[in-house]
Amino acid sequence: MDNDQSDINEAGRQFTVEPRALGQDVLEEVIIKKEPHSVDFKRLIDLTNYSDKGNSQLTNLVKDWEYQQENAVRLLREELDSLNKQQQEVELKKLKILEEHRFKQYTYGDKSPVSSLDENVRYPYQDDPKGKNDVIFKDENVETDAEYDSLMYWKQRAVHLEKLLEASLQREHILLEKLQESTENLERQSSPVEELSQVLKRADNFLHFILQNAPVIIGHQDREMRYRFIFNHFPSLGEQDIIGKTDVEIFTGAGIKESQDFKREVMEKGLPAKREITFETELFGSKTFLIYVEPVFSKAGETIGVNYMGMEVTDQVRKREKMAKLREEIAVQKAKETELNKSIHITEESMRAKQMLATMSHEIRSPLSGVVSMAEILSTTKLDKEQKQLLKVMLSSGDLVLQLINDILDSKVESGVMKLKATKFRPREVVRHVLQTAAASLQKLLTLEGRVADDVPVEVIGDVLRIQQILTILVSNAIKFTHEAKVGIKLYVVREPCNIQDSRETYQNQSIISANMRKGDPSSIYGTGDETNTCQGPVVWIQCDVYDTGIGIPENVIPTLFKKYMQVGEDAARKYGGTGHGLANCKQLVELMGGQLTVSSVEHYGSIFTFVLPYKVSSTSDNSDNPDELSDMENQDVLDDGNDDDSHSGIFMFQPRTLGSLFASQSSGKIQKLSPNCYGLLEDSLPSSSNTTYKENVIEEDCAKGVGLDNLNSAETSVAHKTYETWDQTKKDEIKPKILLVADNRINVMVTKSMMKQLGHSIDVVNNGAEAVHAVQCNGYQLILMDVFTPVMDGLQATNLIRSFEKTGSWDDAIKAGIEIQVPSPHSLSNPQVEKTRKRIPIIAMTANALPESVNECYANGMDSFVTKPVTLKNLKQCLQQYLP
Amino acid sequence: MEVDQLQRSFLEHSNALFHEGLLDDQFSQLQLLQDESNPDFVVEVVSLFFEDSERLLNDLTTALDEQNVEFKKIDAHVHQLKGSSSSIGAQRVKDTCIAFRNFCDEQNTEACLRCLQQVKQEYLLLKTKLETLFRLEQQIVAAGGATPMLDEFF
Repeated sequence: MDNDQSDINEAGRQFTVEPRALGQDVLEEVIIKKEPHSVDFKRLIDLTNYSDKGNSQLTNLVKDWEYQQENAVRLLREELDSLNKQQQEVELKKLKILEEHRFKQYTYGDKSPVSSLDENVRYPYQDDPKGKNDVIFKDENVETDAEYDSLMYWKQRAVHLEKLLEASLQREHILLEKLQESTENLERQSSPVEELSQVLKRADNFLHFILQNAPVIIGHQDREMRYRFIFNHFPSLGEQDIIGKTDVEIFTGAGIKESQDFKREVMEKGLPAKREITFETELFGSKTFLIYVEPVFSKAGETIGVNYMGMEVTDQVRKREKMAKLREEIAVQKAKETELNKSIHITEESMRAKQMLATMSHEIRSPLSGVVSMAEILSTTKLDKEQKQLLKVMLSSGDLVLQLINDILDSKVESGVMKLKATKFRPREVVRHVLQTAAASLQKLLTLEGRVADDVPVEVIGDVLRIQQILTILVSNAIKFTHEAKVGIKLYVVREPCNIQDSRETYQNQSIISANMRKGDPSSIYGTGDETNTCQGPVVWIQCDVYDTGIGIPENVIPTLFKKYMQVGEDAARKYGGTGHGLANCKQLVELMGGQLTVSSVEHYGSIFTFVLPYKVSSTSDNSDNPDELSDMENQDVLDDGNDDDSHSGIFMFQPRTLGSLFASQSSGKIQKLSPNCYGLLEDSLPSSSNTTYKENVIEEDCAKGVGLDNLNSAETSVAHKTYETWDQTKKDEIKPKILLVADNRINVMVTKSMMKQLGHSIDVVNNGAEAVHAVQCNGYQLILMDVFTPVMDGLQATNLIRSFEKTGSWDDAIKAGIEIQVPSPHSLSNPQVEKTRKRIPIIAMTANALPESVNECYANGMDSFVTKPVTLKNLKQCLQQYLP
Repeated sequence: MEVDQLQRSFLEHSNALFHEGLLDDQFSQLQLLQDESNPDFVVEVVSLFFEDSERLLNDLTTALDEQNVEFKKIDAHVHQLKGSSSSIGAQRVKDTCIAFRNFCDEQNTEACLRCLQQVKQEYLLLKTKLETLFRLEQQIVAAGGATPMLDEFF
């Protein structure tokens, strides 16, 4: 076998090659480049000799060749046979002729075809000899001119026959020569090596042709992993660089070692395998190859190397990875979508809940305001002091609920940013109120007590509503878990806790920003004349303990106590839902106000919830400077019936209700006992009682306002109430509100005026904005109803001018606007009426258009609120309730 | 007997006014304001309304007749009329005024004229009906009866 023919390391039968005769041209146009492969021929011989596959391939080739030769021999024999037959025939004829000659008769009618082999017979691929040249022998009739049977005739005849015989002999000779030639030819052609090498060469060419267009690397490596053959479609290294070397020796970089190990593994296992390996080499950069490795076995069955094929699949891998990534992303996206859907659902739910809450609140508000206003009216009728007390609680509770509902409707809660309203309030009053409210609904035999230390200022500034809310929640919680003894509130001044200084800062800022005067602001009720945000008194930290003798809280629950409700607390609806469920809310509120809420508890003995909050001290009534006495007093406080004579210090007791009336149980008998003391106090003659160490102004304040003072059964209360009533009366006369209506439409004016009359107010009427400004200059008004569109000067401009005056104290802007200033010049500011005017007058817009834009315009120009036209009794009433004390 | 009949027809009449949309709840507000201290309040206000409206309608007619129509002025008049009508609850007059003002904005003289006609019609219709109502009321009072209260006023 020729080496050259067997550089295909595959079994020969696996090649299917066209016969050259038909497909000759296919490869002629192809330029076969021989460079890409590098062969170690010695190794190849070894392989073909020793490996099974090489062996069987050779056997195959030989068998094939043998078969073809046999076929050729058979054909040649057949030819020979036919030639021999023809020769015999010719000889037979010769004899016949001679015989005929004798009988003077002859017939040469037979045609005997003589075929000879074509020169171009090709083995083994030609089926049959083609294109035979038939030699046709024609019988010739011999004619003579001589007469029959004459001597001449016979002579002529003999000569003629002689000639014929000669020709026949000549033909025979030619035939023999041809046979000879054919035989020689056959011998010359039948070299098997030539045949095979031709075939193999063609197969080889085909292989090259295919490989050239197949972007693969084919290689053979021996047992030491040294390359013995490599075909590379993209050759980058010369033969000398590869043959006889291993992967590791040739290349450097990632993946090389892996591929070599993989090949070795295949060799060891003796099983073909595929693997994708990413190479990162200097030579060809980062590429991924799919490598198929097949072990090569020797005849003895041991592996002597591997064949491998590599195909670059970098792009495919990249695509695949991209796909995988995409799939992953899609999955993530889907998951997100699901999440989103969920949260949308939740949002929708909570929106619905909010909506419902808003609707509910709205529906609650109307009847509630009815209740509150009725109660207000009731409070102006003749009532005894107990009824008055009850009514007072009712009113303030109603106010609280109204305020909370308003908050919800204003969606302050929803936005999560709750504005704190800084108002003046009396801590004692708050404590008493909370306890009284709790006592009113108390279903247990519990004593509720409140102790407000003397150093706690009479009036402080803070968000009373929130504080009241916190206290209410804490107290009702305490009551819930207490079944005997008592629940109480203790208030006392502490030093500023250092760890919450920052939040205090925040609180102060907030309070300044949102220092809105509220309806019922003590400062306006009690006529101090100070705006809340103008009194920047010192800050006092007040600690409030809400203690009980209840079941207590297990220690392990305490840390989760506030958290537990946090999640629930996120729901705005729950925020102010029910007292007793809002510890987290309490904590939140306290922290919002810059304080902190803590709890300490002993199981089965009770709990103490403590919160510390900063308050600004109202400058008008700072009177706490007796800390020593306070502590004494606190120690002395014995909160039973016999010792409540110092109740005016801010100690409140609500005994279990045993009789029908809330206060009745305590009011009997004690008045007598206490009265001397109390009257004494009121007359400023301090009795010698060891407990009476209070400052006069405390008493005065408390008594005069009928608040803060407070055991309800004490005689002072009644006195206080009398004072209160009188004062209340005066206040009412004094502050008979003056109302200005600015409207140009006569009918409108008439209707509004009539409605105001029905509501118990008389009003001044002017027809346009300019007149309104004028009127404000001359008179103090407590309220202005202002039509937005009026001739000459509209309501918006007028409001602007009035606000400008309130701010600067001068009517300069109004003068600029062309309004004549008649009465008070800016110099006569001492005029009390003008002074009064400088308080911000509530201005209510009257507009037919309640669209948000126009309403916003009203607010932007300094108006406080609006009523829609046509005005109704109800709207007016609500408006007056809101803005008139 | 006669009083009963008068009262019944009074009720029917005023109900019709509401049902036809000539009046709305604001008129009930006026009726609420009428009490012993102010027994003729409704009539007074409505008379004032008539007075005002007639003046405004006249002004409008002249203003729209002019060569150069001053829409601003017309708008001011219509605004007035709208305010008055809404104050007494003359719903249909008010609604027409709203449309009127829109055409004023567009400076559409023809449409304004159409609106003016419509406002006049609505106004006259209302005036007639209200006058009938007041006459009935007077008759009831004269006959010694009391003006019946309409349930739906509350």
